[in-house]
Amino acid sequence: MELNDTRQISAAPEIVWAALLDPEVLKECIPGCQELTGSVEDGFEAVVTQKIGPVKATFKGAVTLSDIVPGQSCTISGEGKGGAAGFAKGGAKVGLTPEAGGTLLTYAVEARVGGKLAQLGSRIIDGVARKLADEFFERFQAAVEGPSEDEPAEETDEDTKKKGWFARALGR
Amino acid sequence: MPKDTGIGASTKRREDVRFLTGRGKYTDDIQLTGQAHAAFVRSQVAHGEILSIDTSDAEKMPGVLAIFTGEDFVDVGGNPAGWLINSRDGEPMKEPKRPVLAHGKVRHVGDAYAAVIAETAEQARDAAEAIAADIKELPAVTNMAQALAGAPFVHDEIATNQCFDWGWIEDNRAATDEAIRNAPHVTTLELVNNRLVPNAMEPRASTGDYDPGTGDYTLYTTSQNPHLTRLLISAFVLGIPENKLRVIAPDVGGGFGSKIYHYGEEALVLAAAKKLGRPVRWTATRSESFLTDAHGRDHVTKIELACEKDGTFIAFRTETMANVGAYLSNFSTATPTFLHGTLMAGNYTVPNVYVNVKAVFTNTAPVDAYRGAGRPEATYSIERVIDKAARELGLDPIAIRRKNFVKPDQFPFTSAAGLEYDIGNYDALMDKLEELADFGGFAERRKASEAAGKLRGLGINSYIEACGIAPSNLVGILGSRVGLYDAATVRVNATGNISVMVGAHSHGQGHETAFPQVVGEMLGIDPASVDIVHGDTSKIPFGMGSYGSRSLAVCGSAVVRATEKVIAKAKKIAAHMLEASEADVEFAEGNFTVAGTDKSVSFGEVALKAYIPHNFPLDSVEPGLEETAFYDPANFTYPAGGYACEVEVDPETGKVTVERFTACDDFGNVINPMIVSGQVHGGIGQGIGQALLENTVYDENGQLTSASYMDYAMPRADDLPFYTVDHSCVTPCTHNPLGVKGCGEAGAIGSPPAVVNAVIDALQSGGHNVTHIDMPVSPSRVWAAMNNA
Repeated sequence: MELNDTRQISAAPEIVWAALLDPEVLKECIPGCQELTGSVEDGFEAVVTQKIGPVKATFKGAVTLSDIVPGQSCTISGEGKGGAAGFAKGGAKVGLTPEAGGTLLTYAVEARVGGKLAQLGSRIIDGVARKLADEFFERFQAAVEGPSEDEPAEETDEDTKKKGWFARALGR
Repeated sequence: MPKDTGIGASTKRREDVRFLTGRGKYTDDIQLTGQAHAAFVRSQVAHGEILSIDTSDAEKMPGVLAIFTGEDFVDVGGNPAGWLINSRDGEPMKEPKRPVLAHGKVRHVGDAYAAVIAETAEQARDAAEAIAADIKELPAVTNMAQALAGAPFVHDEIATNQCFDWGWIEDNRAATDEAIRNAPHVTTLELVNNRLVPNAMEPRASTGDYDPGTGDYTLYTTSQNPHLTRLLISAFVLGIPENKLRVIAPDVGGGFGSKIYHYGEEALVLAAAKKLGRPVRWTATRSESFLTDAHGRDHVTKIELACEKDGTFIAFRTETMANVGAYLSNFSTATPTFLHGTLMAGNYTVPNVYVNVKAVFTNTAPVDAYRGAGRPEATYSIERVIDKAARELGLDPIAIRRKNFVKPDQFPFTSAAGLEYDIGNYDALMDKLEELADFGGFAERRKASEAAGKLRGLGINSYIEACGIAPSNLVGILGSRVGLYDAATVRVNATGNISVMVGAHSHGQGHETAFPQVVGEMLGIDPASVDIVHGDTSKIPFGMGSYGSRSLAVCGSAVVRATEKVIAKAKKIAAHMLEASEADVEFAEGNFTVAGTDKSVSFGEVALKAYIPHNFPLDSVEPGLEETAFYDPANFTYPAGGYACEVEVDPETGKVTVERFTACDDFGNVINPMIVSGQVHGGIGQGIGQALLENTVYDENGQLTSASYMDYAMPRADDLPFYTVDHSCVTPCTHNPLGVKGCGEAGAIGSPPAVVNAVIDALQSGGHNVTHIDMPVSPSRVWAAMNNA
């Protein structure tokens, strides 16, 4: 399955770029991410727990960044093995373009699953992948931008802190 | 007047008492002392190189007793193909080895490359998950046209994905091409015969046992043919001497072909039992059934029908790609060839037939015979293209068929595809169909449907099939590596009741009821005193099992022959008891009588004398009353039928509902009409399932995405109408003693084209110029066809 989308982020491209390469940010933003270690140069090791349809599994796998054009674009690819649940492979080509008020982030996500995930979950996998991609970029946007003014009132302090920490760390 | 016992009686199935009360005894019900459990580690990728398999963590898991990988089986044999096909150029087919466990490469999702034996099934599964295999995913091929175009190769050592390129009959090719070139009208149709998962209710299961004291192995397994399984394991795979291997196939909950074949799991549990000195058992999960039971059908076909403007057929020419999957299952090469190509003349006097079949390896589960096996593919192609031709020529679909039928006075008739049809009456079947399906009332019913906003269509099909798959002389010439006779032993016990040991295996066919009806009728005794013994190589004579609608025609004939021998011997004993000449003794209704007198002895008295041979003619007759017969028929049998299907199509949604279904079959003589009706009902259910619902989908990476009942649509009761079935048109088979033909597959053969023809008729009636929709004719496909046409 493939999906393409864009997101407007109220931060300069260099801030977005730095966030994209930061393991702490990735860990915060990858849905279900338990652990993420490593570096841009050597690649990351990730442990992600996800429920996809009837199959809940912990995926262990490698995340690599390639085709890096600093400040502009890169490809994030990952492959996770979920034991008896099967495997998931995917990648996202991410591009950053400066625009008024921030950055236009474009992404093209490609994902596929195998084993039990494909056998039991193929009908819902597109929806799940879309949801996970949305969730990732949603969190990423929040991490970069910090809490927006129209943040829902019931947002807890902790959440606010979590989502805004990167922007604050950069002194925004 | 229907009979209430013996041949022709609708005796209730005695086996249903145990099946319906939960007392059936299936392989998984058999619990052995000290048994261990196997779990298989299966490939998650469709094609991959096994770089390493690390079992060290798994070995330390609780309860683990042994772990096997492909490495453990490199020195044993492979699971062979049972039928040699030669290509058009004379080259033998490609036969890559099919190992017990994959070694070096995995070739389809579900391909087992390791197995864990543990104290419990759960421990075995947990440890299987702990096996760390490094498998490098390779590009996979699932599409047949792409597979034929070149790499990647499923088997590198053969450097092609083409198993064979077969022509039937090659000598007829030029004449057929010529006839088509010169024909006034040619109708062409490209179609897909959709791939099906067999979905037996009982998943495959096997338990291996080994007795170190005697060196004897026992395999309990879900098989349609225990002797064939034993032969394959002994002669090809493990080399266990046949006399040291007992194969027991107890109650089996449906096979539909998928349990004909030997599978690696059977060899694994035997090898593991030997190694551990303990019984080892395995029962497939439903997921494993989807991934590893041999699938059915999967043809991509182009068929051309050349005819005169008046509808007289001149030639059929067919090109088919048949998917055999990643490995050759035992009869995978026979199914698309001799069970398909030889039927491509249908019920018709068409003078030219040529069939080309290319069998293709792909990174998918093996494909083999499934209820109908080749004949559904043949019938579907022929009957769809005829329907299209009739429409193009403005001819009535029934009239065009009748015009080309082989007529009753033409039998025996050698078809242009080379088979000799011994007998039939296709016009009589069509007459019966017209009557029972009430074609006269169709216009009214269509009007009523239209008033309700629905489109109504009527689809016709006229099929012939070759059953009683057997004649060893013939199949041997055609490439079979086994004989296809069957065998029966009739043992009359001292007290007069009878055990009949048969080579056929009953897994839903009702043999335990029907075979005693034959023996009871012949001996003039109550069938209830006759029991059938089957499914155990240590109890039954060497028969070849049940498939291809052969049990009654082949094994039933062996039962007849053995019973005749029993009667002949009993007559000798009776003559002695009656102090008469054997020639003067007559046997009727269970009594031996001296002709023209009232002197007689009953069959029971003779039986007792045979086993208590006081005052017995020991110089001329042996004691005992038990006879065995092997029966190898002279020809296939040729059931035929006329089927009619009426559907309604909802133009808003494209949903098709089957409103009426009529099946008129000529099965020759019928032993138990109720069982025959049940067989036809089941077959039609599966045929409608194929036509409307079922589809097996691999994605481009070779992942099976229709691997559960959420995604694989099985027919349910509300998808099926009440059927009208009839088997009163009888032309008895001319070459077997019962005059029977076989009924197990007919429904699945005859129904798909009837359904699709009806859908096309419905759409045409609504002004939609749709000439074909591939099965399954799902709402989305129908809707798309209506809205694109």
